[in-house]
Amino acid sequence: MEKRVVITGLGIAAPNAVSIPEFEAALRAGKSGITFQPKLNELNFNCQIGGKPDISEEKLSEYFSPLQLRGLNSSGIIYGVISGTDAFKDAGLSIATQESPDWDTGIIFGTGILGVDKFREAIHLIDAGNTRRLGSTSVIQTMASGISAFLGGILGCGNQVTTNSSACTTGTEAILMGYERIKAGKAKRILVGSCGDDGPYVWGGFDAMRILPGAFNDNPQEASRPMSAKAAGFVPGSGAGALVLEDLDSALERGVKIYAEVLGGDVNSGGQRGEGSMTAANNEAVQRCIKAALKSSGVKASEIDLINGHLTATGKDSVEIKNWVTALNLKTSFPLINSLKGMTGHCLSASGSIESVASVLQLQRGFIFPNINCDTINPEILALIPEESIPRRTIDKEISIIAKASFGFGDVNAVILLKKY
Amino acid sequence: MFSFMIESNHIPSTDFIMTEIAILEKIKKIVTPYVQRKEGLEDFNDSTDFLVDLKINSANLVDVILDVEDEFNIEIDTTSMDGMLTAGDAKRIILNKMDN
Repeated sequence: MEKRVVITGLGIAAPNAVSIPEFEAALRAGKSGITFQPKLNELNFNCQIGGKPDISEEKLSEYFSPLQLRGLNSSGIIYGVISGTDAFKDAGLSIATQESPDWDTGIIFGTGILGVDKFREAIHLIDAGNTRRLGSTSVIQTMASGISAFLGGILGCGNQVTTNSSACTTGTEAILMGYERIKAGKAKRILVGSCGDDGPYVWGGFDAMRILPGAFNDNPQEASRPMSAKAAGFVPGSGAGALVLEDLDSALERGVKIYAEVLGGDVNSGGQRGEGSMTAANNEAVQRCIKAALKSSGVKASEIDLINGHLTATGKDSVEIKNWVTALNLKTSFPLINSLKGMTGHCLSASGSIESVASVLQLQRGFIFPNINCDTINPEILALIPEESIPRRTIDKEISIIAKASFGFGDVNAVILLKKY
Repeated sequence: MFSFMIESNHIPSTDFIMTEIAILEKIKKIVTPYVQRKEGLEDFNDSTDFLVDLKINSANLVDVILDVEDEFNIEIDTTSMDGMLTAGDAKRIILNKMDN
């Protein structure tokens, strides 16, 4: 029999908050985590702003041993370990101290690129003929699976421990991968999530593509404007989000709190055909992904209360809205829709998991966070859906079903359906 | 007189003993962050085995070597490194490199 899958733990390291209570408060307040980045200014970036979680030295020492901290220079690992450890503890799970790991608990924690600053250190040493000076920490901080490996060791997980990677869909895809493994009865619990590095070496490529806003260096908090008429490109962000997915029977047996249920979802690709390309989505693929996610979840379009979109704050936001309208095919109404990126920027590989944590909080606590920096809505969007569907103020409201979508470079898509438990 | 001088060379000078003790202390300080069996540090001497007594992760031995190099301003080649299993081995390698 197929297992039902619920969410029993949450963790977050977002540009606007680094704990779940702070994150809920930030969401309700519409708090921006976008700041001026002096380093990008020094390096002559066009876009000199970004979103980085604020982590103190003191906080670091709560999550890493002194030995792990020696030579630690991988921001993605820092964010991933903080959010992952918090989610694990939030689920009431204890870190395996005995000789044997917990065979029933696994980790699927994705990333786009890891340990870029560490890799830079290594490159300088290698080019100077000093490879022997790299020490033992270079490999573990730069391998993509470094994040699942760090978490696996800290928490003592004995089920599947892996890292997925699919650009900006990574985090949402990780949730689906964990969901499918638990549903199939192969694990009782999977810590799922994703993280992303930050800084000039990650963001430079996007700056060079001229897809980041360059006109907000003096007022960073206004730069990220999803669905706005004045959307000027996505603001680069970073961080990590983590969720403990659990077999419902196991959660009930443990008697722990249940945040929400994962009803299902779908991933696909547009194959970079049609209007799809390395950097743009094939619209038919997006629509098929939404429809397949609904079908797999047994949810009708009319039952969706809220869409948490991908909506990165480019002129293409209207294309995403068009895809939702076409796929849902609701003649007279449209659900509420919001985008977290106004507050956090686009956290790239971390976005899917950070935004899923935000989605779960809205379901469980009964509110809808506001779309910030969206005073004047893009008229192309208003031609498709009513203004009331785009809340600009926090709404206190019990909601039952959220659709969360992420779309990524490589023409890849992921949509999941979450339900209040 | 001459024979006395030769004979005295066979007895380690007080300075030399002090150096050995100081080096051993420095080695202890260097390895401490990598030690997973802290009891092993209580009786730290020449025969203390890095992997067996201190349970240092073998991958961290290269980090210990780099820290030793920085502390004593020497370079330890891969061949010397392979023989460095105990604190005494490390001390001998350091003394040898410092003489050169």
